[in-house]
Amino acid sequence: MAAKQGFLITVRTAKQGNAMERGKYCADYVAETATLTLSPRDYQELALKEGQRARVRSDSGQVLVTCRSAEGPDGVFFLPLGPTANELIGEQTYGTGVPSYKGFTVEIEAAQE
Amino acid sequence: MLKIINGALYDPAQEINGQIRAVCVGDDGKIRDAPPEGQPCETVDAAGCAVMAGGVDIHSHIAGTKVNSARSMCPEDHYDHFKPHTATTRAGTGFTVPTSFYTGYEYAGLGYTTVFEAAVPPLEARHAHEELLDVPIIDTGAYTLMGNNYMVMQILAEEDPVGRRERLRDLISWLLESTKGYAVKVVNPGGVESWKWAQGIQNLDTPIPPFGVTPRQIMTGLAEAVRDLGLPHGMHLHCNHLGEAGNYITTLETMRALDGLPVHMTHLQFHAYGQNKKGTLKSAARELADYINEHPNVTCDVGQLVFGPATTMTADAPMQYRLHVVTGHKWINNDVEMESGAGVVPLQYKPKSLVNAIQWCIGLELLLLVKNPWQIVLTTDHPNAGPFSAYPQIIRLLMDRDYRASQMEALNPRVGKHTVLSQLSREYTLEEIAVITRSAAARALGLAQRGNLSVGSCGDIAIYRVQEDKERMFRQPAYVFKDGALVVRDGTAVQSPQGRRLLVRLGDAALPDDLAQEFHNYYSITLANFPVQDEYTPRPEVIPCKKTA
Amino acid sequence: MTVTVHKDVVCTFCGALCDDLEMHVEDNRVIDVKNVCGIGRSKALHGDNDKPECRVYGMPATLERAYDAAAEILSQAKSPLVYGFSSTVAEANRVGVELAEILRAGLDNCSSYCHGPGVLARQHVGLPTCTLGEAKNRADLVVFWGANPMESHMRHFSRYSVQAKGMYTPLGRKDRKLVVVDVRPTPSSKNADLFFQVIPGSDYEIATVLRALVCELPLPTLTDDSLVGGVPLSRWRELVGLLRECKYGVVFFGIGLTQSQGKDLNVEQLIRLVSDCNRYTRVYAMPMRGHANVNGNNQVFVWQTGYPLAISFNRGYPRFNPGEFSVIDMLNRGDVDAALIVATDPAAHLPHTAVEGLKKIPTIVLDPVNSLTTAWADVVIPVATSGLSADGTYYRMDNVPIRLRKILDCEWPADLEVLQRIKERVLHAKNH
Repeated sequence: MAAKQGFLITVRTAKQGNAMERGKYCADYVAETATLTLSPRDYQELALKEGQRARVRSDSGQVLVTCRSAEGPDGVFFLPLGPTANELIGEQTYGTGVPSYKGFTVEIEAAQE
Repeated sequence: MLKIINGALYDPAQEINGQIRAVCVGDDGKIRDAPPEGQPCETVDAAGCAVMAGGVDIHSHIAGTKVNSARSMCPEDHYDHFKPHTATTRAGTGFTVPTSFYTGYEYAGLGYTTVFEAAVPPLEARHAHEELLDVPIIDTGAYTLMGNNYMVMQILAEEDPVGRRERLRDLISWLLESTKGYAVKVVNPGGVESWKWAQGIQNLDTPIPPFGVTPRQIMTGLAEAVRDLGLPHGMHLHCNHLGEAGNYITTLETMRALDGLPVHMTHLQFHAYGQNKKGTLKSAARELADYINEHPNVTCDVGQLVFGPATTMTADAPMQYRLHVVTGHKWINNDVEMESGAGVVPLQYKPKSLVNAIQWCIGLELLLLVKNPWQIVLTTDHPNAGPFSAYPQIIRLLMDRDYRASQMEALNPRVGKHTVLSQLSREYTLEEIAVITRSAAARALGLAQRGNLSVGSCGDIAIYRVQEDKERMFRQPAYVFKDGALVVRDGTAVQSPQGRRLLVRLGDAALPDDLAQEFHNYYSITLANFPVQDEYTPRPEVIPCKKTA
Repeated sequence: MTVTVHKDVVCTFCGALCDDLEMHVEDNRVIDVKNVCGIGRSKALHGDNDKPECRVYGMPATLERAYDAAAEILSQAKSPLVYGFSSTVAEANRVGVELAEILRAGLDNCSSYCHGPGVLARQHVGLPTCTLGEAKNRADLVVFWGANPMESHMRHFSRYSVQAKGMYTPLGRKDRKLVVVDVRPTPSSKNADLFFQVIPGSDYEIATVLRALVCELPLPTLTDDSLVGGVPLSRWRELVGLLRECKYGVVFFGIGLTQSQGKDLNVEQLIRLVSDCNRYTRVYAMPMRGHANVNGNNQVFVWQTGYPLAISFNRGYPRFNPGEFSVIDMLNRGDVDAALIVATDPAAHLPHTAVEGLKKIPTIVLDPVNSLTTAWADVVIPVATSGLSADGTYYRMDNVPIRLRKILDCEWPADLEVLQRIKERVLHAKNH
């Protein structure tokens, strides 16, 4: 299917925080910060095969993520703060010093690895 | 060894009034007798100058949570007022709320060498002390807020009068020791607790929740404990009803209630308001001055208003909220658990505003109507009524009645109906200025070695070139010495030494078990992490308590 | 081996600074921690163990060599950046500001892209607030807006805000209403009495309508069914009722507000809303500060320079301009030619464009553990860990200062000492 448009928001998760304090090279940190959460409907529409990752593109970059579904609004994707999310975030801060960590448009589709 | 020669000494404590005398400071930083002839020493020629002890500010807001919150809220206070980095001094910004380093340089630049931060909540005392480490040159101390303290009120509600008195004394000792405080500060006793309950104005005998003690009980209980402990400074009191028309009645009632107890009435200008028939403001300076003139043990500071920008900041949370509502200006409030509150609102005082003009007159009236200058100290309640940097202008207003009259012409013309300032012709002498800017403050604070030039006192000395324009004279001292070392030249700081922290020692009183349990239940930090560690006062100076019966 | 038990230890993960931890130390290692959340436990168990190698341009180096290299880089730079401090003590931060002043450097901290907008909002409208103990003792209404403490400040609910039993809240949770406003259900919202799931980016609009309702202003274009931020107006009226009728309300706001569309304006409007409520009762707001001492960074910056973040000393005195002197903007634009990074990991937290900007210039990093930045920085200086092997002051999210203790020995110096050594060398270079 075609790429799906949505709104990306970076978040904190307990797993991300916990893994970060065990070390930024531990497998859990790398995995958790590359795990995107989306609504059950969005998840279904992506039609990922077992173990297949998704590619997320923004104006600033693109990354591969593992997806998981959780209760939440359709069309909004949640990705923990970390090096993966940082690839997607744009450089504009609109004079505030803060780039759009929460709320910028991305495209997501099943990755052909 | 430092020797200052040919200067006219103004040292009211020794009743030296302009006589030409040498002052010597030994290598230990203390004033000493003249050395024998031939001994090498650095000599400063102070011909044409007035030589005074370093200034002492008894009430100023210079460090701690609310001061720093004000700085943070008001960048507009900083943009146009800055000092670049030099090889010997740090950079800084700010006008009414200067940064820590800038504060030290500005005070020293006026000849002040000792300043007290006037309101520190115990829970946030560590912040005040850490910040004071970055206030250079001047010696500093901090007053600990107790007038709305839960544990104080709890003890005051106890039935056994003897046990109550002892327990309160122990609690105050513990609070002062834990917070490295210098004096007991009381702000709107009971009123801040009422604010937290969203309850209104109270009077001296209104019971305050949750224990039902009254502001009168809080004030007398604390003042008695201050007396019993022999603290060097009296209870430092910001009365109820600050800023309200008609509040002088409360102020008088408070002074009567505390008659004979050690009390310092702070920023009295804000508490000297009469009320016209329509509820508007008028001066009641004469009523308060009359009382003070009849009670030679009472001391006060004035809190003189200064036209221009100010940043109001007090522990008086309800008063600050009223200011926010009246002006619409931005507002910080900070309720502090178990202890106190705070508010900050920036303001602009204008001569054309009738209220501001009346306030300005009231401060000067107090200064002119209180006959004995040893009972009234010059302050602006910095930066509440204006910045301390305005002291030289206030000195000129006091010393020069023509200047005073010329300044009054700029006021709202209706001010004459509500004030008596225009009828007062008194002019301060240099000796009297020395009293209200250093000697009286030092005496009220119990600082035997400050505010005077006696042998053995601190070598903190300010040298002003005598000029007709007293504002210019006091704006830019020729030299300021701290412990005998030159720190200011022509009003500009040239060195950045760390000052001392003035403390009291009251023994190792612990919090009694029942109160420790209350602490555990209701504070948000543990008791072990509450006391301010010695790391925050690397240069302590303990001021002895008075001998008590 | 004997086990030493340290009580009342301060956790240094988040801005809640829980200070009742019990740490069990054996053979100079923390082996167990009590009274702690999962993240705090990881921090205590691992925070002093994974030291980076002291390196200069990729080669192992002595500390002295690293100090020399750092001072040389900074002294030769025309426009250096001094940045970070969120996980170090205020004492080190004070020297860091002095170093920036001497170097005429740019100076910023991690609040720049985090709760910085809340700090800017405070410059516009102030902030009525209280300490966390007041929330514990008095709050009968607690609102979390754009914050999910169950995953970020894990003991906040139990120690301070929701279950905490205080003087006038002896029943804890039962004595309070809990309201959560967020863009999706979270572990925090699961506990709420009222949960408002709102459309991302609608916070300003919501706060504006709430203000109108609190102040009883007419809203002629809205009916009870009208959606505001995706939620019917009638439900917002319910929240307004709680705000006006509570005895003591505290609204905790997170980076859901500060990093979303509107940023500082969102917080500004929220603070105005909270101020308005004080006509009727006591309602306050408090930022849910993330990094343990990021508030301390703001405090130190403010008392030394007058400004909380985004500072430049390039004229010899502090100037402030977010967007111009903010770390991300400076790096994106290539405005700096060397960087000193203290106690933060920009490679993990900044957008990749800013990280690439940093990689192009000589970068010095002080970190107690291996980070994504220590992997490639030009000078890497391992340091003791604040709160485990270094002491000093942290400032909690409500401005309460707490002193961290040193309970472990560490072969590496504290940030404070390293910064002093670099400062001495920079001053020496300047004078010769």
